Amino acid sequence: MAVTTGTQLVKETTRVLAPGQTAGGIDDSVNTPVLSGKTPMWWWIGFGISAALLGLYLVSVVNLVTTGTGIFGNNMPVAWAMPIINFVWWIGIGHAGTLISAALLLFRQPWRTSINRFAEAMTIFAVVCAGLYPILHLGRPWVFYWLLPYPNTFGMFPQFRSPLAWDLFAISAYATVSLVFWYVGLIPDLATLRDSARSRFQKLLYGALSLGWTGSARAWGRYMRAYLLLAALSFPLVLSVHSTIAMDFAVSQLPGWNNTIMPPYFVAGAVFAGFAMVLILAIPLRRAFHLRSVITMRHLDNAAKLLLGTGMIVVYGYGIELFMAWYSGVEFEVFMAYNRVFGADHGWAFWLLIMCNLVAIQPLWFRSVRQNPIALFVISIIVSIGMWLERYVIIVVSLTKDFLLSSWFNYVPTFWDWALFAGSFGLFGTLFFLFIRLLPSVATSEMKEMVHHDAHHGSDYYETIRGSYHGEGGRA
Amino acid sequence: MPQYFPPNTNAFVRWALLGGGAFTVALIVALPIYARTMNNAVGVPVEQPIAFAHNLHATQLGIDCRYCHTSVEVAASANVPASETCMTCHSQVRVGSPQLAALWTSWEADAPLEWNRVHDLPEYAYFNHSAHITNGVGCSTCHGRVDQMEGIWKNEPLTMGWCMECHRAPERFVRPRSEVFNMAYQPPSDQLTLGRELVAAYHIDTEKLISCSTCHR
Repeated sequence: MAVTTGTQLVKETTRVLAPGQTAGGIDDSVNTPVLSGKTPMWWWIGFGISAALLGLYLVSVVNLVTTGTGIFGNNMPVAWAMPIINFVWWIGIGHAGTLISAALLLFRQPWRTSINRFAEAMTIFAVVCAGLYPILHLGRPWVFYWLLPYPNTFGMFPQFRSPLAWDLFAISAYATVSLVFWYVGLIPDLATLRDSARSRFQKLLYGALSLGWTGSARAWGRYMRAYLLLAALSFPLVLSVHSTIAMDFAVSQLPGWNNTIMPPYFVAGAVFAGFAMVLILAIPLRRAFHLRSVITMRHLDNAAKLLLGTGMIVVYGYGIELFMAWYSGVEFEVFMAYNRVFGADHGWAFWLLIMCNLVAIQPLWFRSVRQNPIALFVISIIVSIGMWLERYVIIVVSLTKDFLLSSWFNYVPTFWDWALFAGSFGLFGTLFFLFIRLLPSVATSEMKEMVHHDAHHGSDYYETIRGSYHGEGGRA
Repeated sequence: MPQYFPPNTNAFVRWALLGGGAFTVALIVALPIYARTMNNAVGVPVEQPIAFAHNLHATQLGIDCRYCHTSVEVAASANVPASETCMTCHSQVRVGSPQLAALWTSWEADAPLEWNRVHDLPEYAYFNHSAHITNGVGCSTCHGRVDQMEGIWKNEPLTMGWCMECHRAPERFVRPRSEVFNMAYQPPSDQLTLGRELVAAYHIDTEKLISCSTCHR
């Protein structure tokens, strides 16, 4: 092996893969922290904080089940407050994983390879956090199966004309396909871990999870076919899941919700939020696990461009919403727009949203910002806050003041609203910390294929899409 | 490549997958079958502190339902009578009978008799007796021939599907208001014609009957 440890320091590079990588080096740098018997201190600190928040989550859920939804601040007419804001926020984050792994695979964007694995994991954990919210919000979470079409004794069936019924199928299909896609992609890497496992626990864990992978040419052929089919299957979900969630709002008759622009604008928002979260996770991860040679400046740069592009689509959506309110001439729409922008109770949320999602992303036009991990990390956090505020503005501000003056109501979140939200970070964090400790966070088999190509077919192979992009290693 | 598992592992996994799949399918099939056939304890007598005989009181003695269930025409609950109601007769009749021991205890302690609930609807179903009585739904439509029952039991499953049978087509069950307390009422052969007339006459809003918030507020 040319490179024996994963701790070698590589200069920052703007190539998809840092020069001088070997198959063994990739395995070492990704798998060493996973197989190592020593767990670094930062992991224990991060895991400890996440587990404590997960405890808060469990306490909140127990209180919710024993006391009821009255512990939350939502009440008529604001029936969909924090639980649905947080649901849409988490499910939006869960979109980048599938976009990276399926859409970019089908569009033959090789830079996806080193970030797809942990982005898929992020997707699944975010969908778990998201999926629990509507169930917890039901009031009687233990009878959530009433949502399913089964031969019940109510003389009732789900209302298939309602997007709320589609929601359930969209999210459960998305969770299932994402999980299968992630797991199928993991199998060859798990086999690599199995073959270099040292402890008995590792041998049994990775041995069982790799399903007897032999690495034969036939197995690889079938694997590649299955992976491509799953990618084709999950690609439409990138567009459909958040469109369905957008229709939960768009199909209603509430000013501020019933806009036809909702589905595409929600999808753009989901990719926007998702890439922000990918950057939030990738920047510390590449530093902590010394993965700067595989998650390079090129990846951060590309993700930042997607952040800027989808962000501008989202901002266009905000503009169109306000324009349509004015153009419709409907006094309720006009009032909604006025209240959203200048309302005394919640106007601050709109302006903060504009600061986060429009102003804060403008530096991304500059390459020096896109290739500055600290700046990207800060902008991504601001974007995540902005996307939360977007759902707050759409859901809460539209609901508080609707058609009837007598039903106006000002919403204030309670302690338990915040506790459950903070706790959902604990759930996400706990799962993510377990993932980076127990599973390879980079798709090593795909990376090794790239190394092979670099070695045998010229090192420019993966740079051809934007060959002369940075004047480094590109085609002249 | 190292072998960590014995050679029969593949067969074990295959059978486990097959068994797991079969178990899941069996569970999905079995649970609705159970929910539909257990019939919600219909016809199972409910034990009571006093073996109260409806047939003796209602049929042999000819006491009207409303003598004890006083609020049935005006309130949501048809009320189970207070011990005072029993004592209107039993202060004179069968005084000291050991069968009525629970009644004497309740009377002397000034504490209500604790009857066991027979018709237990979930809290989120806002059932109202008076709404049904005043719109021509007879006692026996839901409760069966209580006047012939020695004990007391449910005559119908009280599932939502059962409610919907009438809420979707009230003309099939509605009877003239004068017949509501007639336990022996038999629907005429032209029930549908009569039913439609009555639905119109009583201003029963069939659209409202199937809206969620009629029963779930």
